[in-house]
Amino acid sequence: MNMTMTVIGKPMLRLEDPRLLRGEARFIDDIKLANMAEAAFVRSPNGHALIKGIDASAALALPGVMAVLTLDDLRPHLSGEHLVVGLPSEAYKQDRNRPALCRDEAVYVGEPVAVVVAENRYIAEDAVDLVAVDYDILPAASDCRAALAEGAPPVHRDGADNLLAEFDMEYGDVDAAFAGAAHVFGESFWQHRGGGHSIECRGMVADYDKPTDKLVLWNSTQMAHSSLRVLVEMLGRDENRVRVVTPDIGGGFGPKLVIYQEEVVVSIASIVLGRPVKWIEDRREHFMTSTQERDQYWEVEIAVDDAGGIRGIRGSIVHDHGAYTARGINLPQNSGETLPGPYVVPAYRMNVRLALTNKVPVTPVRGAGHPQACFAMERMLDRVARELGLDRAEVRRRNLIPAESMPYTKPLKSRSGAPIVLDSGDFPASQQAALDKADWSGFGARQQAALEDGRYIGIGVANFVKGTGRGPFEEVTVRIGASGRVQVYTGAAAIGQGTETMLAQIVAEELGGEVANITVTTGDTARNSLGIGTSNSRVTVVAGSSAHAAARKVRDKALLVASHLLELPVEELEIVGAEIRAKGADERRKNVWIALADVANAVAGTPGYALPGGVEPGLEATERLLFDAMPYVNGTAVAEVEVDPHTGGVEILSYKMTHDCGRMINPMIVHGQVIGGAAHGIGNALFEWMQYDAMAQPLTTNYADYLLVTATELPRIEVVHTETPSPLNDLGVKGVGECGVIPAAAVLASAIEDALTPFGVRIARAPITPPDILALIRAA
Amino acid sequence: MSATRTISVTVNGKAYEREVEVRVTLADFLRQELGLTGTHLGCEHGVCGACTIQLNGRSARSCLTLAVQADGQEIKTVEGVAPSADELHPLQEALSEHHGLQCGFCTPGILLTLLEFLDDNPDPSEADIRLAISGNLCRCTGYQGIVDAALAAAERLRGGAAK
Ligand code: FES
Ligand code: FES
Repeated sequence: MNMTMTVIGKPMLRLEDPRLLRGEARFIDDIKLANMAEAAFVRSPNGHALIKGIDASAALALPGVMAVLTLDDLRPHLSGEHLVVGLPSEAYKQDRNRPALCRDEAVYVGEPVAVVVAENRYIAEDAVDLVAVDYDILPAASDCRAALAEGAPPVHRDGADNLLAEFDMEYGDVDAAFAGAAHVFGESFWQHRGGGHSIECRGMVADYDKPTDKLVLWNSTQMAHSSLRVLVEMLGRDENRVRVVTPDIGGGFGPKLVIYQEEVVVSIASIVLGRPVKWIEDRREHFMTSTQERDQYWEVEIAVDDAGGIRGIRGSIVHDHGAYTARGINLPQNSGETLPGPYVVPAYRMNVRLALTNKVPVTPVRGAGHPQACFAMERMLDRVARELGLDRAEVRRRNLIPAESMPYTKPLKSRSGAPIVLDSGDFPASQQAALDKADWSGFGARQQAALEDGRYIGIGVANFVKGTGRGPFEEVTVRIGASGRVQVYTGAAAIGQGTETMLAQIVAEELGGEVANITVTTGDTARNSLGIGTSNSRVTVVAGSSAHAAARKVRDKALLVASHLLELPVEELEIVGAEIRAKGADERRKNVWIALADVANAVAGTPGYALPGGVEPGLEATERLLFDAMPYVNGTAVAEVEVDPHTGGVEILSYKMTHDCGRMINPMIVHGQVIGGAAHGIGNALFEWMQYDAMAQPLTTNYADYLLVTATELPRIEVVHTETPSPLNDLGVKGVGECGVIPAAAVLASAIEDALTPFGVRIARAPITPPDILALIRAA
Repeated sequence: MSATRTISVTVNGKAYEREVEVRVTLADFLRQELGLTGTHLGCEHGVCGACTIQLNGRSARSCLTLAVQADGQEIKTVEGVAPSADELHPLQEALSEHHGLQCGFCTPGILLTLLEFLDDNPDPSEADIRLAISGNLCRCTGYQGIVDAALAAAERLRGGAAK
């Protein structure tokens, strides 16, 4: 990229904001169609049960109820009963796909058994209570380690055991590394993350139009094209008879990348009734039925030399997968892959087992397995420092990949089969900058002074890397028509991260410099033939790059056509706003210009007339740039905390990060993403716990029992940005959506443990709640 | 079918008279009956604050209020915050300038909560603001941009900018 960018890199105000601030945005529940009915689901109240019968007669007798549908009623409209969505892998030992509705067995609390459609939501919910389901309760598997034990109750009645998948990742001679090591330290960790908790729950409106035989599904999803594919496959419909459209989306955070049973069921309900049907998830349903991240149990050992240099790491992970495969084995795969992270780890082996449990499926939540790996790695490095009497930051410095080793190849393979290559960044400098900003070296004196006051303060540090921009591509079309305004279309959904503004800035850079002249449409399958969707911190990298390439093509063509029409060479023309003008201040040239609209019209074709300059028709381009290798973001967090040993309360005194996500398209948006991510991670570290009892009954299903972090628990989060352009794309960008989350639990565990040094407390779990801290102090 | 009542309310300065089922919440009444969909529902159990409106100038959770309870009262919703179709309220401007919204789903509740707060506390500290919005959940922003926006808006409002 040249260095004279005028739009990219500016902290422009977001195009999305005015409509959101005025209450004029259109979220899924704001869509109200004529003759629209509303749905509510009958859901299993049991973790595991046989369904012996469903009696809907009382519900159907309620005035205003139009239908109660079970799997039997859906069958005539289904070409397949199960949602087959799992990412491919050879590690699966069992195929566990979700049926559209329960057949004769329910395997998690909240699994949909039947749907009620009524005049409105109030009546539909009344009717749900009137549907009598005859259950035979079966033993349930709740804890994932217990689920893998001999004799554990099977999650599915027909299952021999609960091992969903198992795989190993390995490189180097691990056993030799451990055999010759000066020191070997072992740790056991329990880590938990929790749900997505977008403040807008899931929801959809299915609108089947009988005369045209077309189904439109308005869907609050991150993945419009995946939703379309599942509907095409399961309903046996042609692509041109189904359209999935995303409205404004009130947050995603991972769970909305999953395709759910409701998308199929609500669509069929609309087809059966021949009228639009809306379903909006309520918060209790979000806790029970939107996918979550939950438990991982880690056993890890690290082998080091006398100077704290890492020789090898080995261990095993047991991962709670839930009752079905709603995405794949990708989460613990991420965890295992990313454990060596920003460090030189010469030999590595990790065994991963995914356990079925009688709980809602587990799929990525912002961070997707990376926070757990960061926690495990950073906790082990703290242990090494303590055992060898070294400064924690110094142990890390000795093991960080040096800047001169970039790009650095890890012999592990990512899921596309390509090796993991850390493409760019200066990890030691990132750590040093964070330490300096937090006055790490002066902390000892601060801590001593606090102790003399009877206050327990501590500091922690954690480094992370995150692969972003997962390929293979995201399609973007850039088009100029009769309006002269630039239309940008991508299949990726906008879930609150400023996608419209980001794409508009990239396109405006090439096409006239004014974002106000750009209109962006996201997540509509009628507008893009191909699409993957919004996940994996990927949209800026993959959609941004395609937008950039498409905008360049449109720009080149617009200038070519204009050069014919204005009879000036292309080099003497430039696009300014919505016009193409002759360059230079020369008075004569001031009046030599043509509107983009006229250029577009000239190539839109007039019956019987040739196009100017013999160009192809249309002022548009579609790009699907392919990406395999992922640009890696890196950063460091340093946090200072005060712990009250009498209450177990933790106050975060300061939280500082360094963050390098390559070139920033809009620094204001990037900053907001990192801070929002950090807040999410802090919530995970200290508060969020999705609790279940032994029968796999969820116990925390409202925001009084399940704690999201609020403004009063958060410190001011300070972030220093560095921009090391990624060599993997022309824009030099990396993704940012998930990165802030990753080091939070690791850095807070480190700081809390440091604060409690006088008590000798060791932290091996997240979340770290006040009762946990009190118990640890008591036990120490 | 549940019983109905006729209620009269003034919403953003406009008077409405409607027959409502007694069990209908104020949030559903505003959103579905009056088509004012800017008020959002994030939890429907009184914790997230997304549904916050003002009832006679005091913030209230419209998910926990029945429409019939609002009979005869003045309501302000997010649609009534901006002074005109091409102008924003200083707090709205500040939220955009300080990136105090991402998905924007929590924003209407944040706005109505903070407007009441800034009326009562024209010169708040950062800690005051954090406390004031501690009943509003935002999953996106980490609240920092919201806090900065509130500080900036307070300053602008003190300076006599239009309200
Ligand atoms: S929707 Fe009313 S407080 Fe959450
Ligand atoms: S901006 Fe998304 S919840 Fe607040």
